[in-house]
Amino acid sequence: MQFVQLLISGVAQGCIYGLIALGFVLIYKATETVSFAQGELMMLGAFCGLALMTVLGFPFWVAVLASIAAMGLFGTVLERVVIRPILGQPAFSIVMLTIGIGYVLRGLVTMIPAIGTETHTLPVPYKDLAFKLGALVLNAEQLAVIAATGVLCALLFALFRYSKLGIAMQASSQNQLAAYYMGIPVQRLNGLAWGLAAAVAAVAGLLLAPITFVHANMGLIGLKAFPAAVVGGFGSLPGAIVGGLVIGIVESFSGFYLPDGFKDTAAYIVVLIMLMVRPNGLFGEKLRKKV
Amino acid sequence: MRFLFKTSYEQDLRLAKHGGHVFWYGLLGLALVVAPWVAPEYWLAQLTFVLIYAIVGLGLMLLAGFTGLFSLGHAAFLGVGAYTQAVLTGMGWPFALSLACAAGLSAAVGVIVGLPALRVKGIYLGMATLSFGFIVEEVFARWESVTGGNSGKHLVPPEIWGFKFESTESFYFLCLGVAVVSTLAILNLLRSPTGRAFVAIRDSEISAQSMGIHLARYKTLSFSLSAALAGIGGALYAHKLQFISPDQFNILQSIDLLLMIVIGGLGSVHGAFLGAIFLISMPQLISLGKDWLPATIGQAPGLQAVVYGAVLILFVLFEPMGLYGRWLKVRTWLQLFPFYRKGLFKRQKSFQKSDRLK
Repeated sequence: MQFVQLLISGVAQGCIYGLIALGFVLIYKATETVSFAQGELMMLGAFCGLALMTVLGFPFWVAVLASIAAMGLFGTVLERVVIRPILGQPAFSIVMLTIGIGYVLRGLVTMIPAIGTETHTLPVPYKDLAFKLGALVLNAEQLAVIAATGVLCALLFALFRYSKLGIAMQASSQNQLAAYYMGIPVQRLNGLAWGLAAAVAAVAGLLLAPITFVHANMGLIGLKAFPAAVVGGFGSLPGAIVGGLVIGIVESFSGFYLPDGFKDTAAYIVVLIMLMVRPNGLFGEKLRKKV
Repeated sequence: MRFLFKTSYEQDLRLAKHGGHVFWYGLLGLALVVAPWVAPEYWLAQLTFVLIYAIVGLGLMLLAGFTGLFSLGHAAFLGVGAYTQAVLTGMGWPFALSLACAAGLSAAVGVIVGLPALRVKGIYLGMATLSFGFIVEEVFARWESVTGGNSGKHLVPPEIWGFKFESTESFYFLCLGVAVVSTLAILNLLRSPTGRAFVAIRDSEISAQSMGIHLARYKTLSFSLSAALAGIGGALYAHKLQFISPDQFNILQSIDLLLMIVIGGLGSVHGAFLGAIFLISMPQLISLGKDWLPATIGQAPGLQAVVYGAVLILFVLFEPMGLYGRWLKVRTWLQLFPFYRKGLFKRQKSFQKSDRLK
């Protein structure tokens, strides 16, 4: 029973990692850059939901949808204002740029008087709900994470499989120049990819908020989502979720069965082993550049 | 406008290319030597920190700016150096010997981290070094018998042949000496075949390989040299603070180091020093500016992060060559005085480059 319990909490945590990793992968596939600001976008999404619920008094569902939409818009604007001018520069500059964005976002949230430095709880309707199934105790928060991740994955799958927009995005991520010649507005799609990534990050933030708390440094969890993206293979959307699950489960088990200290480093040990054994990840495609 | 006519190979090999170099660097050297008698003690301590960070920056510059490999876990090497120094001098070893051991151990660790670098590149390498940084930080916190764990570790002042570097002035001279030696070493390395190979790897791995450069060997070498410099810097850092704990070597320190060389100017030795000056003087400037701002902004805890982030964003967007690049522009403007044209340093617009295209 212990085993199943650990498995469920690992899966729930892994879904969060997977959702953040999904954001990395979306951005990476669209613009071939790695966004270090993803964790901060998640934090911003959670704060956005918090502000809508507590300050403006929106009902839960309206607040959730509104903050997801707001973050999507924010991501698109961010891409337009700071990312687009330097596309085509070395990847290193863009990584530094996103690190800078992360710093600014975290600092700005901390600077909000009386709110930024505190920890808050997000008032969700399913707070403190638990189901008993034999000896198992299922937290509603964890179940919500797992269910929402499932729904989101289905939606994204449908988007990329059936909609014109999704297929155009796939095309531009495979070969931008060719996609551009086929009449696909590549730059606008890049903006949309950032918006989508920010929206997914907002979902992750809103799901994580009831489990932990809402505070300015919650974005640092994004650093654990990197291993998830690498384990899954950086260019693969299902890989991100699977990688997240792997990291979450490994973390949950190592926290229980291994001595102290392994819980926090388990994710990084897994990713180092992965990089040595299979540098392209579980689902990553192996591509070679030809000159 | 200065024209250099090279009439012999010795002239081409010289580090100082012309009289201006000799004059200005001589002046700088003189200023640094007399600084302890002129500058107040507080500023001298800040200057010492600038020198220490510049040593670490030189190492990271060699790796990121000249070999094109970037490390998100450089604070770990800093930490390895610092703890080695703390443990060895604590056991009564002489300063120079333990400094050499700190550099050596960091270099050895650098080789181990460099090994995955042979298989992975770009962002994957960043991930590998990031993971390594986290693991090392955890080791520092857990290996209590050696590192003292989270409660930290105290250091004794450095001692060479019975002379104790206890005062701010004497320790400053020690750091100055190490910084000058490592700068000269890096400058010499960069004009040797090894340094040229590093630059070739940065510019294009494939063409470097086809020119007969052994990629694995040079990448590992770059990693170990960079780690050794970080280790030396870490040892001095530990002596300067006289107290180290694992959270001084976390991911934020690694990012600060990267920020330092990017703002200083990637791919220039000057950049390491300019970046170190920026990193040390920025908190002072912020605290000076605090009084001018309204209290809600000036006293807010996140101000420093916002300023750092904003400066970083502005530099990447508008001055990708960093402070040194800006200086180059100013210098060219002065040299060419009436003839400077706007497009002289213009970046070429390119369609997005891809590593994935088949």
